[in-house]
Amino acid sequence: MVVEVNHLKKSFGSAVAINGISLSVKAGEIFGFLGPNGAGKTTLIQLLLGLITPTSGEIKILGMDLIKNREAILSQVNFSSSYVALPTSLTLRENLVVFAKLYEVKDAKAKINSLLTLFEISKIADTLTRNLSSGQLTRLSLAKALLNSPKILFLDEPTASLDPDMADKTRTLLKSIRNESNTTILYTSHNMKEMQEISDRIVFLDKGEILACGTPNEIIENFKEENLEDVFLKIARRKDAKPL
Amino acid sequence: MNFLRVAALIQRHLYLYKRSMPRIMEIFFWPLMDLLVWGFITVYFQRSNVALPRFVTFFLGALIFWDILYRAQQGISISFLEEVWSKNLLNLFVSPMRPSEFLAALMTISVGKMLTAGAASALLAWVFYDFNIFLVGISLIPFVLNLLIMGWAIGIISMSAILRYGQEAEVLAWGLGFLIQPFAAVFYPVSVLPTWVQPISRMIPASHVFEGMRAVLETGEIPYESLIKATCLNGVCLAVAICFFYYTLGVVKEKGLLIHRGTE
Repeated sequence: MVVEVNHLKKSFGSAVAINGISLSVKAGEIFGFLGPNGAGKTTLIQLLLGLITPTSGEIKILGMDLIKNREAILSQVNFSSSYVALPTSLTLRENLVVFAKLYEVKDAKAKINSLLTLFEISKIADTLTRNLSSGQLTRLSLAKALLNSPKILFLDEPTASLDPDMADKTRTLLKSIRNESNTTILYTSHNMKEMQEISDRIVFLDKGEILACGTPNEIIENFKEENLEDVFLKIARRKDAKPL
Repeated sequence: MNFLRVAALIQRHLYLYKRSMPRIMEIFFWPLMDLLVWGFITVYFQRSNVALPRFVTFFLGALIFWDILYRAQQGISISFLEEVWSKNLLNLFVSPMRPSEFLAALMTISVGKMLTAGAASALLAWVFYDFNIFLVGISLIPFVLNLLIMGWAIGIISMSAILRYGQEAEVLAWGLGFLIQPFAAVFYPVSVLPTWVQPISRMIPASHVFEGMRAVLETGEIPYESLIKATCLNGVCLAVAICFFYYTLGVVKEKGLLIHRGTE
């Protein structure tokens, strides 16, 4: 298991954001986090990235305790979010150079060039980041996230600002990255079709608790619905949702 | 301490300044304005036969020194704000970068800004008022280093406050230094202050630096007592500031505020 979470709890004052969650993710899995707004998805990802201190419980990433081995773990994982930007006054290449150094990437120049090619942004490599479209920004953010060839990739709505064509290319790319390098991908999205298509397993969260966990088909069958979107609506609109 | 990561953060800011004329001008603009306005006032006073010994020397020296402290502080707080403004903070904090490396990079940037602003101020003072601070020699260097350290301490405290309270605390990046200025004996000796304020003033490292600077300018000799007091107080201030930063980082992680600082 590359991610192991045991009895994880996070409270902000009297509000419980994560309520005793336990889950594990295997190497090479694409693992989706689903849930309505306020379900605890973002809090859980932040806990897994060490951006929030847990109230109680244990987080092990790549077999190491996150709190005790922060630096060793973070050098082997990476993160991309449509809500987090890269400095806009730097060019694409300059941004990647800075982060390549932060992650101590060997042969950084070649790695940067290969990522620029992979994401079809070579021609604009020396353009200021502020002049990019939202789709190009997302691709830059993903390129940054792959700089250190991470064993685990955390993606927070990575296709949120992409057009259908680029979103589809991104999904295909993520699957090929997983297939080629066995990268584990932890993924949040509000696009149910995308989740169904890309995820090996999904965890449904609501009010800080796991409502369901399994493959997309298992979850759809368990809820006796046609697709994930219907499952989502059923869960989000239930009163007093309890773990199933 | 991983120096490659420190270098990466410094390089990020060098890229920023490389093509940003407003940012470069900001380093020179305020020293120039201060020197023009206050410099000509001091010349005016001197020509009016105000009986103050070495008035121009003291005043221009104080202006240059104050700017050194202020730029050192801004080197930390504004560089931090650049990360907040560009929504890059989360990218940094999910990287293997240690907080100590982040601080080391900001301190190095601060030295660069201080040296640039200090050199510009010294040059302008020489051009406009025939005041050559370098004639005073190396006696002032220990005091400059003390101002740098105090600038770091104020910068780290204002950065911590912004980290904790968000952009509404941004004003501290510009204002915190000026909050201590009236009590730091920048342009006048501690003895001028009201009696009850003087103990407060003596707790501020910069007070001893500016008192020491005036003594150096007057006698050419280093007043070691002022220097030792300034250095000891600065040691305490910097230690408190760094502890405050780590404490604040802990609180921010506990309260889950880092994502707000990184995306607000």
